[in-house]
Amino acid sequence: MTLYETELGKKYMVTEIRVSNNIKRRIYDIGLVDGSHVVPLFKSFLGEPTAYFIRGAVVALRREEAEKIFVEPIERGGKYHG
Amino acid sequence: MVENTISVALSGNPNVGKSTIFNALTGLKQHTGNWAGKTVDLAAGVCRVGAYKINITDLPGSYSLLSHSGEEDIARDYICFGRCDVNVVVCDATCLERNLNLLLQILEITPNVILCINLIDEAAKRGITVDKNALQKHLKIPVVTTAARSGKGLDTLKDEIVKMATLKKSGIGFTLKYNDEIEQKLAKINSSIIDEAAGLSGLPTRFLKLRVLENDTAFFASLRKNVGTDLNELAENKNEEISKALVSGIMDESERICKNAVHRGKKDNRDRKIDKIITHKLFGPLIIFCMLALIFWITISGANYPSNLLNSFFTSLEGGIFDLLIRIGLPNTICEVLVHGIYRVVTWIVSVMLPPMAIFFPLFTLLEDLGFLPRIAFNLDRCFHKCHTCGKQALTMCMGFGCNAVGVTGCRIIDSPRERLIAILTNSFIPCNGRFPTLITVITIFFVGSYGATSSIGAALLLCLFIMLSFLMTFAVSFLLSKTVLKGMPSSFTLELPPYRRPQILKVIVRSVFDRTLFVLGRALIAAAPAGLIIWLMANVTIDGASLLNIASRFLDPLGKAMGLDGVILLAFILGFPANEIVIPIMVMAYTANANLTEIGNLGVLKDIFISNGWSLLTAINVMIFSLFHWPCATTVQTIKKETGSTLWTAFAVILPTIIGILLCLITTAIWNIVK
Repeated sequence: MTLYETELGKKYMVTEIRVSNNIKRRIYDIGLVDGSHVVPLFKSFLGEPTAYFIRGAVVALRREEAEKIFVEPIERGGKYHG
Repeated sequence: MVENTISVALSGNPNVGKSTIFNALTGLKQHTGNWAGKTVDLAAGVCRVGAYKINITDLPGSYSLLSHSGEEDIARDYICFGRCDVNVVVCDATCLERNLNLLLQILEITPNVILCINLIDEAAKRGITVDKNALQKHLKIPVVTTAARSGKGLDTLKDEIVKMATLKKSGIGFTLKYNDEIEQKLAKINSSIIDEAAGLSGLPTRFLKLRVLENDTAFFASLRKNVGTDLNELAENKNEEISKALVSGIMDESERICKNAVHRGKKDNRDRKIDKIITHKLFGPLIIFCMLALIFWITISGANYPSNLLNSFFTSLEGGIFDLLIRIGLPNTICEVLVHGIYRVVTWIVSVMLPPMAIFFPLFTLLEDLGFLPRIAFNLDRCFHKCHTCGKQALTMCMGFGCNAVGVTGCRIIDSPRERLIAILTNSFIPCNGRFPTLITVITIFFVGSYGATSSIGAALLLCLFIMLSFLMTFAVSFLLSKTVLKGMPSSFTLELPPYRRPQILKVIVRSVFDRTLFVLGRALIAAAPAGLIIWLMANVTIDGASLLNIASRFLDPLGKAMGLDGVILLAFILGFPANEIVIPIMVMAYTANANLTEIGNLGVLKDIFISNGWSLLTAINVMIFSLFHWPCATTVQTIKKETGSTLWTAFAVILPTIIGILLCLITTAIWNIVK
């Protein structure tokens, strides 16, 4: 599944990042690489973008980027830690 | 190290309190805000410790040294080639893991690094403890924990800086091991060119090899520029797998370090609760709207009294100054020019501009410090996204309320050049503090009735409506620009939402008065003095019995009338180019055929003047529209020129809002005539 399709408050692990090369570094910089944990936290009141909890920080991503980041749920999931 | 002088580079992720540390160390008043990308130029300051003079350079906040946004390249080049004695890397204790990324990258360049873990008080509040000794042992560098806002830990930091500079190490202390594949590849790279580059630049060979491995052409270019050697020929084709392995190597190491050194106790969900309300579908927009309305209301109603006070103070001095100038033997005409021309315009601007700015800027800075502004950008991003622009434009628009020149400079926080240009070009659609007096005066006398506490709420609401109009126009024009002249896809959007922080109210007030208010006021005054001269000349030089002011306004009258305005109003806007505050005073001056700017204390009198000169409801509406959409003021134009570096775009930024203003006024006039 993609990061865009995730459920708020659950924990996921990044499996693949398919964004175009010129913005790949940006995505890496905010702490998203294969294996990173990410928790979608909340959405803007206009429905987009979504804020994610990534490595101790809260970062907002638009749908475009989130749709190109593939994740899988981490089973014991649970609520957001931070 | 020149005797007793230590050079220090301060680096860190955006929004970790780097600027606060810099200010606390150097006493410089660099503005700090609670959102990413505040430091846009290299700021330098000096701090003294005992016999040592420490030169500190504050590098732009960056997440990494490898991303090649302009600011990150600046930071990387400075760390690589700036030959500073000590690197202080500031990290945020509340999200150390992500922050360590940058530290580990810098450690590959130099061992002379001090890790400064800031916001330790904030972390403690969230139940996060950082094991300083574990970090120190693992990374083999000094670690200092600070709470820069209360000054905690700063003395230790200074001591460590001196200690490191006097006992300068060489070589690499901590070495980050990558996966076997990378390590094998590194071992295979052996070239005299790398040794030469390492010798000349003082950079470690391992770091150079890593860059070769990654085929980092941007780095090669700056290496060539700084030391002359070219590593380009060594590099193989860009390999995505290698980049990924390098990034993962660093991230994994950060994660391991934090697992050992950072402990999280109780959960703190305060921020998420606030975020829940602010991003609520109903309360969110309401809160943003009310917040803006409240700020305007406080600014408007609070500025009125001090404005009058200042005005009468300056007026009371006027006679004395005039007499003094006469007494020292200046000719009467010169005294007239100096006092009734320049002095009057300058003091007018001070008394109209200073109080609202002194109120608005601190309030705005409070929102900034709270962490509220990035949430506005987050919430409104979808609108900007639809217009193919960046959500951070919401922030530069907010800054534009204070001063468009400040807003234009603020556009540097937008990464993509295309989106930055759009934000710059449309910033003057947002009414700045200089245009508020015009808007408020017209609203008050034509729409709300007598001036009072209750009517000022009505005025604030009407003002909000006009601000909505300027928002709409910003969106429409941004959309059109990105569909036509500035075509292109929106760039990636990553926006960090920092933790909410309790602002330090006193510091906010002091800082915003000194950094922003006086700064903006100073620039306005520089433009006001010559304007005073020109206005005086126009009012007092006569040809065939008519003043230049009269002649010019008569000349402009046909165009003005067609736009539902008149020649005087147009002329006032033209003469108000140095500072929009003087637009209404110039109108009054022209209407009353007065040779000098005169104070109209009573709004009733002002209304009579306007109405007897043919103002209708349409005139009032169009004055407000034209006030929103016309050429930016002199200071803003200057700033646009500086930021875009292009005369063409500057001209565009002047012509675009002017055409829109004229068109809108023509339309409202046509509608008015049909309805009537």
